[in-house]
Amino acid sequence: MEFLQQLINGLALGSVYALLALGYTMVYGIINLINFAHGEIYMIGAFIGYFASTTFNLSLIPTLIISMIGSAILGMIIEKVAYKPLRNSPRITLLITAIGMSLLLQNGMRFLVGPNPKPYKDLIPNSFINLGNVQINSKTLLMLGVSALLVLLLQFIVYKTKVGLAMRAASYDIEAASLMGINVNNTISTTFAIGSALAGIAGVLVAIAYPSINPYMGTMPGLRAFVAAVLGGIGSIPGALVGGVLIGLIETLTKAYISTSFSDAIVFSVLIIILLIKPSGLLGKKTNEKV
Amino acid sequence: MKDILKKSSFKALMAIIAVFALLNTLIQTGVINYYYSGIINLILINVILAVSLNLIVGFTGQLCLGHAGFMAVGAYISAILTLKTNMPLILGIIIGGIIASLFALLIGIPTLKLTGDYFAITTLAFGEIIKVIIMNMDYLGGASGLSGIPIKTKFPLAFIFTVLTIVIISNIIKSSHGRAIISIRENEIAAQAMGVNTFKYKIYSFVIAAFFAGIAGALYSHYIGFLQPASFDYLQSINILVFVVFGGMGSLSGSIISASILTFLPEALRSINELRMIIYPLALIILMIFRPQGLLGNKELSLKIFKNLANRKEDKVC
Repeated sequence: MEFLQQLINGLALGSVYALLALGYTMVYGIINLINFAHGEIYMIGAFIGYFASTTFNLSLIPTLIISMIGSAILGMIIEKVAYKPLRNSPRITLLITAIGMSLLLQNGMRFLVGPNPKPYKDLIPNSFINLGNVQINSKTLLMLGVSALLVLLLQFIVYKTKVGLAMRAASYDIEAASLMGINVNNTISTTFAIGSALAGIAGVLVAIAYPSINPYMGTMPGLRAFVAAVLGGIGSIPGALVGGVLIGLIETLTKAYISTSFSDAIVFSVLIIILLIKPSGLLGKKTNEKV
Repeated sequence: MKDILKKSSFKALMAIIAVFALLNTLIQTGVINYYYSGIINLILINVILAVSLNLIVGFTGQLCLGHAGFMAVGAYISAILTLKTNMPLILGIIIGGIIASLFALLIGIPTLKLTGDYFAITTLAFGEIIKVIIMNMDYLGGASGLSGIPIKTKFPLAFIFTVLTIVIISNIIKSSHGRAIISIRENEIAAQAMGVNTFKYKIYSFVIAAFFAGIAGALYSHYIGFLQPASFDYLQSINILVFVVFGGMGSLSGSIISASILTFLPEALRSINELRMIIYPLALIILMIFRPQGLLGNKELSLKIFKNLANRKEDKVC
């Protein structure tokens, strides 16, 4: 039953990638920006959780909430300071700014806390639940449970509330949305806040399961989650979920059965193959360019 | 040969020779010490990378995030050739460039059909795949790196290759091919409607850019003497992209200036090592916010600017 075990681990990792991919996809959907700083928000979320749990001795739920709020505020500040002044400039300029932001957060954090990895506190007891032949770690279960809950919450926000309606309208056509009386600036801020909150929580969840954090922990998960968003069709929320879970499964299974060192190459190859077959991702909309 | 004898080309040639003679004597006589001459070589290599990436990103309008992958191919191929078969360096450099451009052809044919960001993402993915493959090849030193490469990239060699790159790419841009390439950047669909074979020209500029990236990689490997796959990751590609955007997309002189500044700046800030890593991205963000089109926009730096300024002053006087 080792395969089933790996499958569950893959699903748990995939659910974290899905949380991150949601942030990428929502931001891309609304302002067409590949937000390279997103992986760094995940890292800072983990650090906020670290300080909340070790310095202030908080338990699991308050830690999660604090890191969620902290990352959301950070995301909004980044948007206001760095991206908003560039809304009408070429997209590549915005991309470079996002890269600059990513480097700034990474090195700023390194400057503040030092480059050495920090041990994470056990926020939930390390126990195992037996389901037939399969053992599930409580931390894995926490990852899956919290991610599922957040995804449901996001579905509710996006499809059932006015804020969600505004977000969907703005991602459809930002100018038309503003003509219809939607406050586009606020909508973009909300999108960043939600996406960053999800990334922050993802950071804490991963840090609980793999209890060592450092300022560079966000780069590779950020890149893989971004690949997940593209794989699912960037701009599409169900696509980000599918892509995230798929990337998590591929990564875990290749590490278990093929090769540890080639897992990144396999993830990227899958991306290329899918883009060549279906150029807008698995669930992406096909857009025809007009002159 | 006629072109070379033209007045402006002749002047440019004279200027290049003068710069070369000046820098070379300064290095030979030791006025510029070993450390700074090393930085000058690195600047020249980065200029090649920036100018070649500008051909794809700035002139063809295709965002490429895998330039370091082609650099890695050139670096490793030439290093293996000089290390294991004792091939002369020049030949190794050129073969490195050719193999990098073959890779570009292989990658470009399927992926250049994708539009916009999807192309950027596949190039990023290919760059990472090249890195992982090198990491897993023991023949190439694996993840721990390939050492013992003869350090042969000296100033004259790097300078000649840099000048050749700039001359060739600027001539391409001024030719009819160049106009076709620029038309793709301005509007791909309109260019297609006017009869430009956009796919062919995209491949063309991609392959040429990869060729020069390979050459830069080969120069780099014989400059540093030690290769590690980790130094060719996507951050390196992004670094090159920063040179291009900082200098202004579609401006070769902008790329040259920005590659020089941005290579020199981190070295100059080395004394405040901890803060350097913060100042650099901060400077980048601030510049992008206040000058989104880069230092020179899509204009070229030339003596005409000074002439225009002088004329304007005269106008005012009148």
